[in-house]
Amino acid sequence: MKRRDFVGLSGLAAGALFIPNIPSFAGNLVDPARLLEPGVDAAMKKRLADAGLNAAKAAGATYADVRIGRSLNQNVFTREKQVQGITSTESYGVGVRVIANGTWGFAATNNVTEAGIAKAAQLAVQIAKANSKVQKEQVKLAPVKGHGEVAWKTPIQQNAFEVPIKDKVDLLLSVNAKALEMGASFINSTIQQVNEQKYFASTDGSYIDQDIHRIYPSFGVTAIDRASGKFRTRQALSSPMGLGYEYLSPKAADKIAGPAGSDVVGYKNSYDMLEDVASATKQVKQKLTAKSVTPGKYDLVLDPHHLGLTIHESVGHPLELDRVLGYEANYAGTSFATLEWKAKNIPYGSKLVNIVADKLQPGSLGAVGFDDEGVKTKQWDLIKEGKLVDYEKIRDQAHMVGQNESDGCCYAQSWQDVQFQRMPNVSLQPGKTKLSVDELVKNVDKGIYIAGNGSFSIDQQRFNFQFGGQVFYAIEKGQITGMLEDVAYQANTQEFWNSCAAVCDQSDYRLFGAFNDGKGQPSQSSAVSHGSATTRFNGVNVINTARKIG
Amino acid sequence: MAILSQTEAQDILKKVLSYSTSDECEATLNGSISGNVRSARNTISTAGTADNVSLAVQSRFGKRSGVATCNEFDEASLRRCVQRAEEIAKLAPESPEYVPFLGPQKYLASPASFAQRTADITPDYRAQQIGASMALCEAKKLSSAAFFSDSSGFVAKRNTKGLEAYQRLTNLDFTITVRTPDGTGSGYAIANFSDLAKFDAARLTRVAADKAASSVKARAIEPGKYTVILEPAAAVEMLSNMMRSMDARNADEGRSFLSKKGGGNRKGDKLFDERVTIYSDPTNAEIPDLTFSGDGRAQQKVTWIEKGVVKNLYSSQFWAQKSGSPDIPPPGGWIMEGGTQSTADLIKGTAKGILVTRLWYIRAVDPQTLLYTGLTRDGTFYIENGQIKFPVKNFRFNESPVIMLNNLEAVGKPVRLGGNLVPPLKIRDFTFTSLSDAV
Repeated sequence: MKRRDFVGLSGLAAGALFIPNIPSFAGNLVDPARLLEPGVDAAMKKRLADAGLNAAKAAGATYADVRIGRSLNQNVFTREKQVQGITSTESYGVGVRVIANGTWGFAATNNVTEAGIAKAAQLAVQIAKANSKVQKEQVKLAPVKGHGEVAWKTPIQQNAFEVPIKDKVDLLLSVNAKALEMGASFINSTIQQVNEQKYFASTDGSYIDQDIHRIYPSFGVTAIDRASGKFRTRQALSSPMGLGYEYLSPKAADKIAGPAGSDVVGYKNSYDMLEDVASATKQVKQKLTAKSVTPGKYDLVLDPHHLGLTIHESVGHPLELDRVLGYEANYAGTSFATLEWKAKNIPYGSKLVNIVADKLQPGSLGAVGFDDEGVKTKQWDLIKEGKLVDYEKIRDQAHMVGQNESDGCCYAQSWQDVQFQRMPNVSLQPGKTKLSVDELVKNVDKGIYIAGNGSFSIDQQRFNFQFGGQVFYAIEKGQITGMLEDVAYQANTQEFWNSCAAVCDQSDYRLFGAFNDGKGQPSQSSAVSHGSATTRFNGVNVINTARKIG
Repeated sequence: MAILSQTEAQDILKKVLSYSTSDECEATLNGSISGNVRSARNTISTAGTADNVSLAVQSRFGKRSGVATCNEFDEASLRRCVQRAEEIAKLAPESPEYVPFLGPQKYLASPASFAQRTADITPDYRAQQIGASMALCEAKKLSSAAFFSDSSGFVAKRNTKGLEAYQRLTNLDFTITVRTPDGTGSGYAIANFSDLAKFDAARLTRVAADKAASSVKARAIEPGKYTVILEPAAAVEMLSNMMRSMDARNADEGRSFLSKKGGGNRKGDKLFDERVTIYSDPTNAEIPDLTFSGDGRAQQKVTWIEKGVVKNLYSSQFWAQKSGSPDIPPPGGWIMEGGTQSTADLIKGTAKGILVTRLWYIRAVDPQTLLYTGLTRDGTFYIENGQIKFPVKNFRFNESPVIMLNNLEAVGKPVRLGGNLVPPLKIRDFTFTSLSDAV
């Protein structure tokens, strides 16, 4: 760490640099300079990985893969005029997955030596053999041709880890100062950065070196009316992205205005944090006195930062093949979109609904060259003109739906977690005919425009959901007429997507991101993006969420 | 080396502190060994183990503070870790919320927090338990998905002010969802213990299997306000969400359900039915817990709500000193006082109502009123004249635990869940806002 990193910081709160509340897999707290040191070179990693693969085969494995992972995280947290915490972490270790007696086994170690990896491989085989005694279904992998020695890197312009901490702190404290100057009661702001350095090797003959970057700037601004005791918060309209620090250099071309009268600005590939906090502070004060919504049926106009989460929950998750097949029954749940349901050809949505799965899209959180079982990534259709055409799957699932190719959806949150099927980027394609947000709103007689994602909940088979938002505006006879509060909508997934009546064109398309999507037991986190343009849904049930207590 | 004895752990910590040149230094050692096995479709899907020990060193020069961590314990590594914490501290600005490290503390004893039987669990034992559970379901032509996980660990702490702490813990969790092959019925059971001796996978499997079989052909009834019996698995998360919201600073700052109009907090106000008493006690034999918090404060028996009145809020040391409020750390587990009635007894005493096995995907809607939404899952039944009449389709709810605990009809006998003691609750006017087709 360099002294200049801290020069000019106005204050560090209690707990700053104290043991942070970080996931256990995040690793050891280290000097920020450590995050710029290169990891072990590819030749050494190949030698280490081969030790694991050979030990697994010698112990009786019919397949093995070795993942050498170095995960770097840096998080800066502030509130009002002070820094709450700065954490730089490094986690380094190896996970070995094997098939023995037709059964999976997994073991991980932070002893990254040939002997340490070989021992983990032997333990993984031992676990596989123990479990094979009660195993009913033999693991069957879709074939993958070895890729040899290859590499992939997130195409970033500026490595966020190379930006001095002082610059990040200065940005966040200036964001906070703006909010306080404009009358906010409180503000918290953060920048979170991730760099996953992953090396994958398998007995199929792949040696894949990948360098993956993610960034997530965010804030929450709160306004309190002391007299009434009412408080409201407006969260940032930023998205976590598969980008470097260039995301925080705002460009005019990346700003997209919401409908006239809404005071909402959306962001594409760069984010103006100072502009957004100014809007947020203005809006959060308006929220304190906004009209409470009258429950009933409304046409909803949903901005991409809001709709992304609805896509995530009502399309991304139900089309995960592990849910469909029952592997998540005890935790995340199953899916209404079973193989039998798909065979009936029931419309998932209206003909405007074209949804694509993607592991390639630049700037997205899910973009990688290869997944965590060595499958080269791709793009494919999930829903075409409203009809379900495919699922999201990995190597050991493809044969269960009569296919012989994985979609490249395998992911583990760290070297010490076993990889399994996770959601790719899942995005609604923009409308093919020209349509701006103002043109879309113009045709709405009684509706609500919702921007930003808020409360979200959906059942274990993805039928019934409820979503809130950050800001809500009434639409009457084609005009935004004012802000609303206490809004949440409830719908059935199929009814909702079949009520899709208009999708704005490509010029309005942008990505929303889920930075910490949870699934599995033990639970693992993954990051995924969802693109869309502003979209209209007709006749959706809106409830009023205001209550009174004591 | 995951589970160090008190002497072994404190010897390492003494060595760490001896390398310190800072004004204050505090070192914490954490270690655990954990294992798990997961099944679905009556077959094992994944299994794994993990073993780790980690040292955290916090060094301070005046009000400047730095932390470093490591998981290597040779002398050179320990020295490097202390040096790194000191370098970071010297470069850090002064903290406006600085509080000195605590001196020697007296901690309660909670020996039941560690059970050797749990620490001795092997991969073969896990496979046997899950195998037997799957066999029970297969015999009934039902499909099971389950997760068994266990851990044993220790925490040791020592600082240059004389604080010294050590405790060992074990824990095991088991959850099982059993479904009918046609997917029209689903049942669930959950258990959480410190001591393996209390664990009975077969009993839990039977509970989930019975619920699955009896929940087929669920009928749709209109959403609205109903008297409900929330089994402990349904009540626990709503109550935990409320307990996590009892922070004094948020309340004093005006952004909590416990904030008072015009300023201050609602400590002393009667916010709940007078049968509501919730306290924490790390020495309770059913939910033995750590007797010290992360910052070294002693965990005592604390009454949070007594006969419906808010008695205490938890706080950071900084906020307690600044606001003059009691210096109470957030609790580990909590205990809601209850009676002697089981869930079955509560059903017998209900003229009309709905039995809820569990709630799912609970998310905050409005922090002002602690309004939450979520859904019923894995066994929802209509009750009439003291008997379960038929299964009903699942509901979405929008409800606040504060409102729930005002609409209390009866409180049953608490059972352990998630490290808490949770009673089944009978609640009137529980708000269901829509139906779900999910099974």
